Amino acid sequence: MNALASRPTPPANLLVSDVHVLDPRAGIDSRSDVLVRGGLIAELGAPNTLQAPPDAEVIDGSGRHLFPGFVDPHVHLRTPGQEHKEDLDSGTRAAAAGGYCAVIAMPNTSPTIDSASVLLALQESARREARIPVGFLASVTRGLKGEQLTEMAELRSCGAIGFTDDGKPVQRAAMLRMALQYQKLCGGVLALHEEDPSLSGNGAMHEGPVSARLGLAGIPSISESTMIARDAAIARHEQGRIHAQHLSAVESVEAVAEAKARGALITAEASPHHLTLTHDALLKSLDTRLKMNPPLRSEVDRQALISGLLDGTIDCIATDHAPHAREEKEVPFEEAPMGTTGLESAFAVLYTDLVEPGVLPLALVIEKLTQGAALFDLPVPTVAVGVPANLTLIDLAREWEIGEAGYESRSENSCFDGHQVRGRVLATIAAGAVAYRERTFAVSAA
Amino acid sequence: MRHLISMEQLERRDIERILDRARSFAEVSEREIKKVPALRGRRVINLFYEASTRTRSSFELAAKTLSAEVINFASSGSSVEKGESLKDTVQTLSAYRPDLIVVRTPNVGAADLVARWSTAAVVNAGDGKHEHPTQALLDVYTLRERLRSLDGLSIWVVGDVMHSRVARSNIMAFSKMGARVTVCGPPTLIPRGVEALGCAVEHTLDRLADADVVYALRMQHERMTGSFVPSLREYAACYQLNGQRLSPRQVLMHPGPVNRGVELSADVIESPQALIGQQVAAGVVVRMAVLYELLAGRDVGTPRTSSPTPAPQLA
Repeated sequence: MNALASRPTPPANLLVSDVHVLDPRAGIDSRSDVLVRGGLIAELGAPNTLQAPPDAEVIDGSGRHLFPGFVDPHVHLRTPGQEHKEDLDSGTRAAAAGGYCAVIAMPNTSPTIDSASVLLALQESARREARIPVGFLASVTRGLKGEQLTEMAELRSCGAIGFTDDGKPVQRAAMLRMALQYQKLCGGVLALHEEDPSLSGNGAMHEGPVSARLGLAGIPSISESTMIARDAAIARHEQGRIHAQHLSAVESVEAVAEAKARGALITAEASPHHLTLTHDALLKSLDTRLKMNPPLRSEVDRQALISGLLDGTIDCIATDHAPHAREEKEVPFEEAPMGTTGLESAFAVLYTDLVEPGVLPLALVIEKLTQGAALFDLPVPTVAVGVPANLTLIDLAREWEIGEAGYESRSENSCFDGHQVRGRVLATIAAGAVAYRERTFAVSAA
Repeated sequence: MRHLISMEQLERRDIERILDRARSFAEVSEREIKKVPALRGRRVINLFYEASTRTRSSFELAAKTLSAEVINFASSGSSVEKGESLKDTVQTLSAYRPDLIVVRTPNVGAADLVARWSTAAVVNAGDGKHEHPTQALLDVYTLRERLRSLDGLSIWVVGDVMHSRVARSNIMAFSKMGARVTVCGPPTLIPRGVEALGCAVEHTLDRLADADVVYALRMQHERMTGSFVPSLREYAACYQLNGQRLSPRQVLMHPGPVNRGVELSADVIESPQALIGQQVAAGVVVRMAVLYELLAGRDVGTPRTSSPTPAPQLA
């Protein structure tokens, strides 16, 4: 069974002419023509050499960049049960608008994705509503309660990409150990929200000088790093595969690096907001859109995450797109739910804050925005002849303000709202079909 | 000044202006008829989501002494108990066209939200563990009355700094007025990174002799649930301010209500070095000055051009 589901869409026939193609894995970094026929990449050629077939659209790619489509292994699409925050249509629209050609949705829904019946129904919905392919993780424990394993083998046979109790840690070490033992039977990466609740308590932000100033209960970095160390030790003992979600602290990067050095099968992700913002933002405004779990931490932590991307400790960038309704966020900070949206702004903030100033190479950012697929055993989008077209066309020079024209997401709780950025997604092709076109971006039919 | 949310927004000269005015109001409280017409026709809402004796009653007295109309709104017995959100409550109360809202809530940042959601001036009377600026002002007032100036004073703030909005506002206020501030308490109750507020940190009372002023914080029984200290007995043994630990030249303050026998011994509470009663009395005149600062000179009775329910925006 195909683990990814999306609604049927007509395969694209188009020629992107004279576009700067950058696909670090394929070793391409040059201007080319790219011809897509019947949803497959049919031909790559020197700039302005390929002829568009009569039924193909021609997109003028000059001055623009074409990348392999991004894959986000960590999004919350809130379906089933919380469709007032997001649904499969709005969430995948947001993803396509951010240049994503596939996303993996978390199971902390209502009901939890913890049984084959919920998973199958959701895949059915995705085949009606999703604009780009969506995969689902099932929960590790029933109802995310941490007490009883889900039927992992059946869930895998129904297409669960892997397992996670995201939003919560797998608190009991023995439960995680059992899940890793079961993983030998059925496969599927265990994606772990690393947090020791006895240390994080009722914290609302990073514990440090800013929380001391604001009088907010702090979430210490050790609540994350000690859990990573524990879980890596268990994974190593069971030779199981785990993926540490949303790293936020320098201690966590160290814990992942140590675990990798010892041979644990552990991978890790970091989010655009942890890579570009710190808790200092809360001093300017106690904006509930800046409240997420794990929290924005210090500059030292942010720098450690950047170093982790550069040295390979951190494998991929994931948004942890977490939509919440306006009225849920329009409350005092301590009462607000954790989470920020992120799909529509990810590339632009990474490009503006990290690539343009020379902190990270563009090729590395592209690699980290696509690597999530490999971590979850999905095909990695690439620009190569014969493969399904998964492409994102971006105008790097285009300036825009995040949220200026609203959001494709049903929710607007972006921690980057109002930020001036460069790098605008103009079109996204996912699984061979055009999934998104930027409103003002004109395409001329041939 | 539009609102009073945080001590951060006040410069030393602002503090001095407000406290000088408070001093001029002190005479009113001595009169037989304790009323002046300064804020006649102004409408003040006391919006209290937390229990309070002195803060609420002193704001009420302050407003009434200045001839303002006062409505007290407490969360118990209101539609808050039916689940009305803070935003909806504020927008509802805004329909009454208050000129000023005094707000106390258990949530950090809530006073700032009220200021965004209402057209009234807002005074923060305590927002969670964040700040309590009028307490800081009345404490500075009390100290100025006793010692004339805070310049060069060493002030120790002793106790549960972590959960204290009074500590945060007072560290800032004392520093702005020229004092050196030291916080002292068990490591479990001193927030990590508190030095960023510009204070020194001590974990014992060994160097208490350095202090000219000792400001004791209330040790709240409800904090015991998180095991921040092993027992009140142990806390008192280490941190209680008593006749042995205080020298007679040191001035003692406390925001009240006092846990007798915990953070303070009974003997020092009634000693002449304690300013606790003076702090309470200062509450009225200082809050009069704050209300005056925010309301006097603003137009009354002119139709508002802005909508009574401002456009929704996120915090």
